[in-house]
Amino acid sequence: MKVFLLHRDRDFDMQRPLPAHEPELMQDLELGVMLGAMARGDRFLFEVARRVVLCGENDLDTLRYRQAILQDCLNNPAVVREIYQITIDSIENKRRQWLGMFGREPAAILSGAVKLMQMFLELLRGLRAIADQHADGFESKGFARFFAAVKTELDDEYLAAVEHHLQELGFRRGILLSAELGPGNEGAGYVLRRPNAHQGNRLTRALTQRSPVYTFHIHPRDEYGARAVSDLKERGMNLVANALAQSADHIDSFFEVLRIELAFYIACLNLHAQLGEIGHGVCFPTLVAPDERRHSFAGLYDVCLALTMNRQVVGNAVMADKVDLVTITGANQGGKSTFLRSIGLAQLMMQCGMFVPADSFCANLCAGLFTHFKRKEDAAMKSGKLDEELSRMSVIVDRLTPNALVLFNESFAATNEREGSEIARQIVSALVERRVKVFFVTHLYALARGFYDTGRADTIFLVAERRADGERTFKMVEGEPTQTSYGKDLYHSVFGDPESGGLGEAPG
Amino acid sequence: MTFHSILFAKAEDGRQKTPAAPAFVADLNLDQVITAITAGRQAYDLKPFFYTLLHDVDSVHYRHEIMRDLENESLLESIKSFSQKMVVVRRYLALIGKLEFKYHKEGWMLEAAAHYCEAVTGLTRDLGHADLSSRGLLEFRAYLTKYTRSHGFESLATEAQKSKAELASIRYCVIFKGSAVSVRKYEAETDYSAEVEKIFERFEQGAVEDHRVKLTIASGMNHVEAQILDFIARLYPNVFAGLDRFCARHSDFVDDPISAFSREIQFYVAYLEYIAKLKQASLAFCYPQVSDTDKHVCAYGAFDLALAAKRVAEKAAIVCNDFYLQGPERVFVVSGPNQGGKTTFARMFGQLHTLASLGCPVPGTEAQLFLCDTIFTHFEEEEDIQNLHGKLQDDLIRIHAILDKATPHSSIIMNEIFTSTTLADAVFLSEEIMERIIQLDALCVCVTFIDELASLSASTVSMVSTVVPEDPAVRTYKIVRKPADGLAYALSIAEKHRLTYGWVKERVKP
Repeated sequence: MKVFLLHRDRDFDMQRPLPAHEPELMQDLELGVMLGAMARGDRFLFEVARRVVLCGENDLDTLRYRQAILQDCLNNPAVVREIYQITIDSIENKRRQWLGMFGREPAAILSGAVKLMQMFLELLRGLRAIADQHADGFESKGFARFFAAVKTELDDEYLAAVEHHLQELGFRRGILLSAELGPGNEGAGYVLRRPNAHQGNRLTRALTQRSPVYTFHIHPRDEYGARAVSDLKERGMNLVANALAQSADHIDSFFEVLRIELAFYIACLNLHAQLGEIGHGVCFPTLVAPDERRHSFAGLYDVCLALTMNRQVVGNAVMADKVDLVTITGANQGGKSTFLRSIGLAQLMMQCGMFVPADSFCANLCAGLFTHFKRKEDAAMKSGKLDEELSRMSVIVDRLTPNALVLFNESFAATNEREGSEIARQIVSALVERRVKVFFVTHLYALARGFYDTGRADTIFLVAERRADGERTFKMVEGEPTQTSYGKDLYHSVFGDPESGGLGEAPG
Repeated sequence: MTFHSILFAKAEDGRQKTPAAPAFVADLNLDQVITAITAGRQAYDLKPFFYTLLHDVDSVHYRHEIMRDLENESLLESIKSFSQKMVVVRRYLALIGKLEFKYHKEGWMLEAAAHYCEAVTGLTRDLGHADLSSRGLLEFRAYLTKYTRSHGFESLATEAQKSKAELASIRYCVIFKGSAVSVRKYEAETDYSAEVEKIFERFEQGAVEDHRVKLTIASGMNHVEAQILDFIARLYPNVFAGLDRFCARHSDFVDDPISAFSREIQFYVAYLEYIAKLKQASLAFCYPQVSDTDKHVCAYGAFDLALAAKRVAEKAAIVCNDFYLQGPERVFVVSGPNQGGKTTFARMFGQLHTLASLGCPVPGTEAQLFLCDTIFTHFEEEEDIQNLHGKLQDDLIRIHAILDKATPHSSIIMNEIFTSTTLADAVFLSEEIMERIIQLDALCVCVTFIDELASLSASTVSMVSTVVPEDPAVRTYKIVRKPADGLAYALSIAEKHRLTYGWVKERVKP
């Protein structure tokens, strides 16, 4: 019996390593804010959401499968939460009664496993009841398969058979083991046997028996002997105890897998509800294969910014199909970083099967999302800042494959503009030629201008809009890269100098 | 007739023990190599053999002959299986002394004897078929043939086999009820664990914890088990009488020279197995010409063994290098761009000489090597905490100690000395040290950023790590004989991080 709510044909692997650059993604995209909203204070939800979001998929089929399941969850939130509660009950019952799980010896393991099985049996009956009652309200392939499995695998006859075996395993009629002589004439290959039907009837035994039977008794005060006998019994019970305990583990892990996979959808429900309260809508993205180049959207907002401000924020519309390189220049505090984050967040959300924060959204999947954002100088660092930036870049390059997506935010500005632009130009040109998609927010005029002047068809140039009066709209519009980033504006706004808005030289 | 040693041509060499790794082993990355070679063979305690250098040509040839014989794969396989069985034999025999009950001891004795016979018979048969030419293996084969034809060994083998087969056919049941323990023969009852597994099979979710309890095996038998075993002996009296007779007749069956051989031969097996993986990756190994007088060493198509093992595992290419010394030349001065393979070259030189002195085939297509009395290495130690002055002082103390002990028969390998001082100081100190080494007439490799050292005297040979002329960012990892030249780089810092246009395209594979 399988859960398969995140993959069509396998469980979600919680052990799968997070991308090595997970800390950068968390920091640069402020992912913690979104994950926090998904978790609503529940650490488990947070952890699952973090893993599913960061271990994105780039397989269209899997993502469509998840989108349909998520749609079912949005349609039936109460039923989904009820199933999720069963998995919580399983864990809490276990925690209450089986603190150290099973004992250390086979007999103890066996009796522990029998009790645990009885508890699971009740929960499985509960799951059956939900399937009987609500399966009809679900349309996705994932849920249809799940409910069908519950109904057929957990039919009444089977549940009764399980109950019977749990009683038999009390061994009230003694224990029969078979064995052979292993190396050193030591008993080996102990196997617990079900006694043959004729045994127990003395007359039949006397007539059919071929082997003599030798018997000895353990003296009541022979504690060492009693211990030895129970050791042997333990050996015989070892396998059956293992079988039952493993079965219990399997059911336990079934509930655990169910809990993990549902946790993701519960977390999505939580986020959906909070965005709804703010008044922001979401949409399911149109998925395009990684080797195509699409990026067209309307009303794309930064979900973390909206959650932080707890109000609606400005959305952006861009048409960037068949584009490998997007450069973003323009006004300081004009929303460039926010825009870049919204691109990254939407990509991550899309690639784990979630809805995205936009009115409409269509983009190609990517083979890994990477961020290279400007960092504060670390006083303890041995190397200089450019050195630090380049060494981070080098680590990223080691992980890049074609169809990856790299977001640069004011990278390579730690040296003079000419050198910084040249380094960036070399890196970006090589990346684009290797089919890596690049969004580059920069103040390096020479860099953006250089790309603009070559008239590349695979590049678009966005500028953070700034009205003539100096007001920022936080919108990105297509346009020629501009010479200044209006640092002077910022300076005046901070220092309150009335002489604002004038075009001046870019600050050195 | 007896047999002395498969590792040492001369009886006295075998008595020199080098239990701990000499200092140069780690610097040359040979510790990794030796650990990899001996991995899985801890029972043979082989590392000391790899730390013991041979100093005379005949001893090296004795091993070369055996190595060449063992390049026959089927012979190698049979030696391996022999040695594994002998490990088991020794383990079982050690166990018997700790046991208490008669049939238990006898059982382990039989087990040990059966393994021993199988091991010896198998090896004798296989050596008989093998085409041998080494002195060592021919002598051992003669010894073994005579041994296995002895009456003592023949009766050991047949009786062990018979007794074992009889015991293995026994099946019995034990029934526990209250205080009673009953023993009888097995009557085809069905397996209950399997039934339980079957009913729960539909919940299988992949791997779960194994709840089988690890049982404490073979360190003893308690009186209940002993009583059960006695009842089994009563159920099968003839079988156990046979076992008694066997053990009475054969008490001390292991032959000492055979036992020693089983350990020592592993030196060859381990090394050949290790290089076999590299040979599969088209890397060449050769038997070097060795001399204890001629310092005109050379090697062609050679490589760093530790690096090669890593690169082969990553399925990456390996660059081979050549070197030779002629006339008065004794010292390689290696300079050129960083990350260009200079240190690797230095390690390679040291490794080749170590391996040659162990009597092993060395990386390369052809080589002539010198049997050094020892190898001295001076590799930079990371000591960020110490101040510059402390580090320089430390460097000088270490080098002084090396020069104190080195003889004209030693090899000295120095990697980037005096990096922690000013250029002028480094030039001065390096020249002083080099002069002393040249005076000593020892073989030396010196990796340095100081171009001046390359042309210090007729004894020095300048070797340079090279780049592709059209794209100085691309290293060839070739170290060639040519005058030292300082190279300047544009975008040097991007270059250092391998982030120029060319590098990025190279690193992001299409």
